Amino acid sequence: MKLIITAHHAAWDAPVDARFGRARTFVLVDTCSRELSEIPNSQALDAAQGAGVQAAALVCRSGAEAVITGHCGPKAFSALTAGGVKVYTGAQNTVADAVADLEAGRLQCLDQADVAGHWV
Amino acid sequence: MIVAVASGKGGTGKTTVALSLALAVEGPVHLLDCDVEEPNCHLFLGGEVVSREEVALPIPRLRAHACTACGLCGQICQFGGIIVLPTGAHVFPTLCHACGACVHLCPEGALEETPRRIGELVETRHDHITMVGGRLDVGQTLSPPLVRAVRARADGARLQIVDAPPGTSCPVVAAVRGADVVILVTEPTPFGLNDLELAVEMVGRLGIPHGVIINRAGAGDDRVQRFCDRRGIPVVLEIPQDRRIAEAYARGLPVVTAFPEMRPAFRDLFARLTALTGLAPSPEH
Repeated sequence: MKLIITAHHAAWDAPVDARFGRARTFVLVDTCSRELSEIPNSQALDAAQGAGVQAAALVCRSGAEAVITGHCGPKAFSALTAGGVKVYTGAQNTVADAVADLEAGRLQCLDQADVAGHWV
Repeated sequence: MIVAVASGKGGTGKTTVALSLALAVEGPVHLLDCDVEEPNCHLFLGGEVVSREEVALPIPRLRAHACTACGLCGQICQFGGIIVLPTGAHVFPTLCHACGACVHLCPEGALEETPRRIGELVETRHDHITMVGGRLDVGQTLSPPLVRAVRARADGARLQIVDAPPGTSCPVVAAVRGADVVILVTEPTPFGLNDLELAVEMVGRLGIPHGVIINRAGAGDDRVQRFCDRRGIPVVLEIPQDRRIAEAYARGLPVVTAFPEMRPAFRDLFARLTALTGLAPSPEH
């Protein structure tokens, strides 16, 4: 399966980025082939507002089935859900750790946003 | 004549000045409370409510069956207000700026504009003053359209005094744009000067003549005066630092009501402001 992890850069040992909408970058991981590629989040990073939904649209278009991040707000969560992408939060340490934690069932799959929006 | 009262820093006395100008003038005047996130002019004037009007923005609504997920609407939106997933478009109303581009572009006619309330206008009468105040609803963040609605309500009125929000961002620009003259109210402190410099830059870019009122004069130092001298900006009035003015304000009394001896100073202000605009003086004011 294909996963996206929010991270500082695209590498297995890169630290995860706890922010979703304003994540420094997205790392696309194929858990079967163990291949790793980068999807830059520059459009959402530069957005004056709506970073969460724009980042969510990017993730939905990437073909990933799930995203692993630190936290996810209400608008991003609703966009990801509409696109059929599962959201896992509580990512820690590195990209490799996040993938291992998911595979070991140590990450929580959200059924609603875990933080409030910035523009409630 | 449209006189906008603005400031970079909050709490410098915009409302004090706007109210006092409106109260000091003889003829009919429109007082426009454009600080729609925290309107307060009505607390000082009271008066009778003559009308209330809802202000709404045209927000796109999706007819899901008509959407082909072509993506045009999501590409044109600069605000993340609408995104397109493989399953179709999704609208986020609180991010939408109601520009209408997505509705205009949709080749399938799948988006239609529906009104979404953001606040209301309240018009009150108090002797010679017609006051229009905007009130942004709790939870709304997009205030400039409401500010413009307040301004539009007084369109054509001969004398308008605009109480602008603090700062130098979009709501302030919406409040002061089109004014004949802007009064920048400041205080003689480092904070007052820093934010005055930003406000001067803003009105300069808008190309509006402006003058400065130094409130609480004597409380700080002369750095604001020196800045104005250096930049050739007229200081049109100084309101002295006086605890009694603050006490009256805290009881809901504008300065010219509590201290009628200040009234001529505010009336004279109109002559100075008119000179700044280059407009012909009006016999009424």
